[in-house]
Amino acid sequence: MQAETRSRPPVDWTRLIKDAGFAAAIAFGLFALLVGLKTDQTLNNQMILVPRPQTLFALVAAVFVGRLLIGYWQATRAEGAARKKPRSNTMLKLEKYGLPVAVGFLVAYPLMVLFTVGPQGAIKWIDNFGIQILIYIMLGWGLNIVVGLAGLLDLGYVAFYAVGAYSYALFATSEPIKDFMAQIIGEGFWQAWAFWICLPVAGILAAFWGMLLGFPVLRLRGDYLAIVTLAFGEIIRLVLINWVEFSNGYAGISAIPRPSFFGIPFTAADNGFAATFGLEFSPIYRTIFLFYIILVLALVTAAVSMRLRRLPVGRAWEALREDEIACRSLGINTVNTKLTAFAIGAMFGGFAGAFFAARQGFISPESFVFHESAQILAIVVLGGMGSLLGVVIASILLVGGVEILRELDFLKQVFGDGFDPAQYRMLIFGICMVLMMLWKPRGLISAREPTVYLKEKKAVSADLVQEGHG
Amino acid sequence: MTMIAEQGAPAPAAARTPLLAVRGVKTYYGNIIALKGVDIDVHRGEIVTLIGANGAGKSTLMMTIFGKPQAREGSIVYDGRDITRMPTHEIARLGIAQSPEGRRVFPRMSVYENLQMGASVNNLAWFDEDLEKVCTIFPRLRERLQQRAGTLSGGEQQMLAIARALMSRPDLLLLDEPSLGLAPLIVRQIFEVIREVNAREGMTVFLVEQNAYHALKLAHRGYVMVNGLITMSGTGRELLADPQVKAAYLEGGHH
Repeated sequence: MQAETRSRPPVDWTRLIKDAGFAAAIAFGLFALLVGLKTDQTLNNQMILVPRPQTLFALVAAVFVGRLLIGYWQATRAEGAARKKPRSNTMLKLEKYGLPVAVGFLVAYPLMVLFTVGPQGAIKWIDNFGIQILIYIMLGWGLNIVVGLAGLLDLGYVAFYAVGAYSYALFATSEPIKDFMAQIIGEGFWQAWAFWICLPVAGILAAFWGMLLGFPVLRLRGDYLAIVTLAFGEIIRLVLINWVEFSNGYAGISAIPRPSFFGIPFTAADNGFAATFGLEFSPIYRTIFLFYIILVLALVTAAVSMRLRRLPVGRAWEALREDEIACRSLGINTVNTKLTAFAIGAMFGGFAGAFFAARQGFISPESFVFHESAQILAIVVLGGMGSLLGVVIASILLVGGVEILRELDFLKQVFGDGFDPAQYRMLIFGICMVLMMLWKPRGLISAREPTVYLKEKKAVSADLVQEGHG
Repeated sequence: MTMIAEQGAPAPAAARTPLLAVRGVKTYYGNIIALKGVDIDVHRGEIVTLIGANGAGKSTLMMTIFGKPQAREGSIVYDGRDITRMPTHEIARLGIAQSPEGRRVFPRMSVYENLQMGASVNNLAWFDEDLEKVCTIFPRLRERLQQRAGTLSGGEQQMLAIARALMSRPDLLLLDEPSLGLAPLIVRQIFEVIREVNAREGMTVFLVEQNAYHALKLAHRGYVMVNGLITMSGTGRELLADPQVKAAYLEGGHH
């Protein structure tokens, strides 16, 4: 092995340069008209063509050099790849030890931020980064049950998020319920406790809608299932837009009660949180509290899905993903198995939705567009189907990445004032997707951890196993 | 091999009611008829084989017994119960296990988990005991319990498919082409296991095969299917000696 590495074959430069020249020629062909010529207006409103040879040359040169570097890298790496050890064991270790470390970090996160940047700057970091990412982690873990474990491709997951959000919003702002509660328990009760009472209701309603979606798609798989679930997501959104009496249409629902600290509201009033605990009033307490709510909700999601994987129903989900026909012939009721997967996945989407409505205080159908479903699915797929830690990493990259883009003010000095990096997020997102699919087509963490062990863990990298035939 | 040859032994009395009785079953795929009225009896303790060419309807019969697709006409009675219209998973719970065509193991789950799935109808009650048993029958699986099923060789996957079916403690074991795509040596091993399971535990086996020579040598009785109809039946030895069977299914040597 040692000797082999020393006697590495020389890099074939002629071939590399030829290859790079070819790529540059293609780039020239592509960009000559697209970039090399610019249409412009003269003062007399005439259209003229402005040639831009420098830009064109820079692009072609960049392609040439880039191709050369990639070729060189591949040539030097080619024989090293044969020695590459499967890394699945390290990934599983990461999954095992990474999770407690991550949880510890998350619990400490708001306080760390608070002490580093102070209460003013902290809201942004806890809300935009912390809470936002945690919502997507929770949604990713919820969808992971449906897509990652049961293998049912669901493109309309945002529908359950919407069901949860609207259930909470409608119940919490409902005057009859508020009056009724005021009569039997007391004024202000509903305002303070609505979130805690509606949270389970939102989950149950979403689970119910999950079953409702489940029935018509029982016989569908793969692409067809994806299309129907996509349509389902759109139907829910369109109903919310058009049934104005029910959901207030585009205008959405506002003044949704915020969650209270188990009955103590986060207000500046005398009975508010700050006054009760002898603190100076600041909106940061609510934000921190919301952070911990979503953290707990997300951890519950993770705990439930980890536990379910070890129970018969979870094993049945995974078997269903692998081979439905074999499942049936082993006496597994595939109808129930699919419906429970849809229902439980949807339930967590509903919880997340209720939390979202409570955090925003305002919801409208705008928040539940297909792009959301796509993003959640992208998180699950990028993370590696079925991997909890993978979902965490993918959400941080995708959701946190977009937020980071907004922070990159220094780029304005490089590209001029009109440059807004956040506008390039879809482009960057797309490039990341393509690169991911090239290098890690099974997701960031692709090794599946068996649910039972006899003596020692021995995982086989997904790359070595053929895809399941469904 | 001689052991198998001597096995063509007397079939249990045909007078009893059969464990599995297929009567006049017609199965359609849309408008295309696949089974044109099939009658088959499988008695308790027997090995019965069904041989026939590609597309004769052997696998369709196997799947029809399991309720997917359901028979449009005729009846399938198992142990005194009509299972013609039952959903597959309920049929599986009556004590029929199937090793489907093409093995269909769960590739990304470990061998151990595959076996757990096999035992799911009896709630893992006898799991450890049965695991020990199938590992004794297939020592290769014991070595590979932690391995993903998808990384097993074809023969090992077939062993796993049979072991998985055995995990549910079936009274009737349906095997759809266990020799498919396997090396002759492995085929012999697998047929030996089927014979053993039948002889030792009295498990009833219904075997669908293209490998007619081995299947007929192993079986007490056999049926020949052509174009969705049973054209011949008899003991394994009778069929092996039959000139028509010889010409149609046994040409090309005994491997």
